[in-house]
Amino acid sequence: MSDPMRVRATEKDGIVDVKILMKHDMESGQRKDASGKVIPAWFINMLNVKANGKDVFNAQFGSAVSKDPFLNFKYKGAKGDKLVVNWIDTKGDKRTDEATVS
Amino acid sequence: MNQQRRSLLKYSAVFGLMASAGLISVAQAEEWNKAAFEGKSLDDVFKSLGTSSPDKSAAVTLNAPDIAENGAVVPVGISSTLKAEQMAILVEKNPSTLAAQFFLPAGTEAFVTTRIKMGQTSNVYALVKADGKWSMAVKEIKVTLGGCGG
Repeated sequence: MSDPMRVRATEKDGIVDVKILMKHDMESGQRKDASGKVIPAWFINMLNVKANGKDVFNAQFGSAVSKDPFLNFKYKGAKGDKLVVNWIDTKGDKRTDEATVS
Repeated sequence: MNQQRRSLLKYSAVFGLMASAGLISVAQAEEWNKAAFEGKSLDDVFKSLGTSSPDKSAAVTLNAPDIAENGAVVPVGISSTLKAEQMAILVEKNPSTLAAQFFLPAGTEAFVTTRIKMGQTSNVYALVKADGKWSMAVKEIKVTLGGCGG
């Protein structure tokens, strides 16, 4: 199982600011290892964020997103909203983490 | 004894339902747009996003540095005064042009920031889809050290 994400969400004037830091190598398929063999691509390609069960953000990543991807977005919400963040990578690995808006 | 077994059965049924509900919501998310992410040129990606050439618009802002010292981690943000439904980040000279695409339901601000890899100095395009129409902003980011090769 992969390492947990760090999710921070704060509300100000009815807008919730969400910052997510995922832990993932995000191999682009362009790099070579010490013996010169291409390291196959392996990266998070889909991410979904729900607040109180409702979609607030969806992202699709290509191989060009940096290692340990970072995301920052904003939605109209309130303190105490329950956020559920899901991602899936190109090998089908999944990770879900939760956070509460403060 | 029998009573215990009953309640155990009931609980496992509930958890089973929860798990399948979780799975369903993941499966229902939009399919990964393979064609767009494998596009090798701006035109390829524009086409798979359903546009021929987006108009440059002052309503779209690309927040990015002029010079990125490390191409492996380039902070890039898009913001817009439009009611954005979708956003995309394109890097013209990367092996795959499309870096990321975002889907914003109503109630989500037209604002997103992330970090991308850039192989070399290139134009970076911020695309915003509002009212079914794509608009864009372009900026050249100079890369001192490439972030794609090994």
